[in-house]
Amino acid sequence: MSIILDHVDYVYGEDTTLAVHALNDVNLVIPDGQFIGLIGHTGSGKSTLVQHLNGLIKPTGGSIYFNGEDIHAEGYDKKKLRSKVGLVFQYPEHQLFEIDVFKDVCFGPKNLGLTQKEAELRAYAALKQVGLEDEYFYQSPFDLSGGQKRRVAIAGVLAMKPDVLVLDEPTAGLDPKGRDEILDQVAKLKEETGITVILVSHSMEDVAKYVDRIIVMNQGSVLYDDVPKEVFKHYRELEDVGLAAPQVTYIMQALHKSGMPVATDATTIEQAAQEILQIFF
Amino acid sequence: MGIIKTDKLVFEYIRRDEEGNVEGITRAVDEVDLDVKQGDFVAILGHNGSGKSTLAKHINAILYPTEGAVWVDGMDTRDEKDLWNIRQEAGMVFQNPDNQIIGQVVEEDVGFGPENMGVPTEEIWERVEESLKAVGMYAYRKFSPNKLSGGQKQRVSIAGVIAMHPKCIILDEPTAMLDPNGRKEVVRAVRALNDVEGITVVLITHYMEEIIHADKVFVMDKGKVAMEGTPREIFSQVKRLKELRLDVPQVTLLAYELQRKGIELPDGILTVEELTQHLLQKYHMK
Amino acid sequence: MLRDITLGQYYQTDSVIHKLDPRVKLIATICFIISLFVVKNWVGYVLAAVFLAVMIKLSNVPFRYMIKGMKAIIFILLITVVFNLFLTPGEVLWSVWKLKITKEGLHTAVMMAVRLSFLIIGSSVMTLTTTPNSLTDGMEKLMKPLKVFRVPVHEVAMMMSIALRFIPILLEETDKIMKAQIARGADFESGNLIKKAKAMVPLLVPLFISAFRRANDLAMAMEARCYRGGENRTKMKPLKYAGRDRIAYGVLTAYFAMCVVIRIYL
Repeated sequence: MSIILDHVDYVYGEDTTLAVHALNDVNLVIPDGQFIGLIGHTGSGKSTLVQHLNGLIKPTGGSIYFNGEDIHAEGYDKKKLRSKVGLVFQYPEHQLFEIDVFKDVCFGPKNLGLTQKEAELRAYAALKQVGLEDEYFYQSPFDLSGGQKRRVAIAGVLAMKPDVLVLDEPTAGLDPKGRDEILDQVAKLKEETGITVILVSHSMEDVAKYVDRIIVMNQGSVLYDDVPKEVFKHYRELEDVGLAAPQVTYIMQALHKSGMPVATDATTIEQAAQEILQIFF
Repeated sequence: MGIIKTDKLVFEYIRRDEEGNVEGITRAVDEVDLDVKQGDFVAILGHNGSGKSTLAKHINAILYPTEGAVWVDGMDTRDEKDLWNIRQEAGMVFQNPDNQIIGQVVEEDVGFGPENMGVPTEEIWERVEESLKAVGMYAYRKFSPNKLSGGQKQRVSIAGVIAMHPKCIILDEPTAMLDPNGRKEVVRAVRALNDVEGITVVLITHYMEEIIHADKVFVMDKGKVAMEGTPREIFSQVKRLKELRLDVPQVTLLAYELQRKGIELPDGILTVEELTQHLLQKYHMK
Repeated sequence: MLRDITLGQYYQTDSVIHKLDPRVKLIATICFIISLFVVKNWVGYVLAAVFLAVMIKLSNVPFRYMIKGMKAIIFILLITVVFNLFLTPGEVLWSVWKLKITKEGLHTAVMMAVRLSFLIIGSSVMTLTTTPNSLTDGMEKLMKPLKVFRVPVHEVAMMMSIALRFIPILLEETDKIMKAQIARGADFESGNLIKKAKAMVPLLVPLFISAFRRANDLAMAMEARCYRGGENRTKMKPLKYAGRDRIAYGVLTAYFAMCVVIRIYL
């Protein structure tokens, strides 16, 4: 079970003068159970890329395989694909429309042709997975706080029981605590269910703590694809493309340069603290 | 009295049911006293729903106090005859860049404020030019706003406010919807306004790295001012900030962790250089 | 997808037509549309075509760009043509089963197609070369006499200008919401009319909510920037006729006169 992108190209407005090469020869293998951070600044092609994963956009060149099958082959069931590769868009709360939270979350499973009963069971489970308290289930989604709305929207995708969950900037516009809560919840979900999670973000700092692989996009191409500490070694190059490594990387680099015997590959505060403490005690 | 002053400012939202009966009252701002000096760079921090945006809207007379009072440059915001003077003196920039640009062309948008104020045509052009230059968007004056990045749009919004020649400018989470590059652009533009033009700035945000250069920081929680002080004083209270749903820059957090583990460091370290310097001293002493 | 609709969106470039006073362009567009119904024979249409071609050339807007924006209209155009083609009684040229094409039908269909496409291209020359703001300024100024009858001219103009500003934003938003719902298994394509209409609910509800939120934000932003209606407002770009505008009126009068002459004498 995996997603394979084979020489994927995508050009917006192909035969016009305004053509934009949004993706340029992207080759990726996304095996089961990974926690991936997809990083790039606005316009780097990361949002276009994730819309290819569930067949919302058809590549203008190359192919995409889900579990070994070409998703754009004749007769391929795209609806099923979309239930297997769940995509949560940026500001997903803007897609809520039902009169209560529970009904909204049922929308996805019902589109899959499940019975009312099954849909409700799944909706219940999904709402539990995102950590929403029961008292909100029968409220209008529009009366909830920003963070709660976002959870409901994520539950709406989880209720389809995807094997792969793609979240496009799930923390945009949330405050620091709200951001941590959502990311912790996703990490917990990943832990419990073992699904593949792809976290799209423009912040290295946010994802460094959680993911075990980082894909950096720039101008429609994959710039780096490696474990976090390897990617952050390129912190200078990352700056050139409008990104930055977590501040921790800069701290460790600065300490190292000033002559202290510390390794520079810490990616989290905890690792950095440990590294510094070992030279003092 | 400072340029912006509030006295025991209270604002209550009244929720009504379908028949119009009062269902409940939410106190969004609760007895807030602010005093902002002319030329200051003030930051208001707080998590979503802490009341910081509601507070901001009072300074521009978009909302009026339920109790207490707000003065802008000595004018009471409830005094109707001063309404337009207040809105001219205290310009406001909002969160969503798309929902505050009125013009179809950058320069026309910047001219919107002066047009409303009845500024003569020639002066409008002068103001538009100087404002766009102040935020570094002059080269884009003929562009459609739809073709700009988020950071650029926000800079246009800022120019639109500066063109009204305000004494102070209130920015209500101007960077919440932007990527890191856009955020840097906007913060740089805002700092320049404060440093070069001497405009008083009130920046509302929940990004800690944006307030490092502020003269004074207010932290809001449940409608009240929960903390108040210089950035260093604020950042030295890592635990308290976490309780208030906020975080601190990684370097401050690391310094805090090291402190807890027994390394003696001063409170509220704000930059990588500071931390390096202190650790290096310790290292050489050993 | 939806953002490909470029009809009427201002095209940034420098040209004589861009520089003309919006009032000239408005009046010219109206005259051009009337002229299409004044002329009745091919000489007239050739004249209109030449006039239009010259304007397009002068506007520096690539013709391809103009046509691309028309795709959405082609459907309406086709329907009109088909109706006229098959439903006009007269001398039968060709028939199969109950469908007949008549000489008169063919004639009207071609005339309609030409008229409609000229009309659309003609109006889009105006919208492509005039920023919506100056367009509404032009309308406001032209309609000023109506103020006597208590028509809120400024307010209407402002509303139109804002609507135009938000069309591309709302189109993009529609696209986004649609994709988000498709990702949740929504189906906007299959099924009968009722099913399709029902499928629109998950699209329309969020769209309306968003539009209202934006309207609310915008109203606040406008007030914060001292907007208080048209009273005592000055203009950054006040409308003043220049030499080229007078020449343009001259050219327009000549064109229209020729159309009338053709109508009467040919």
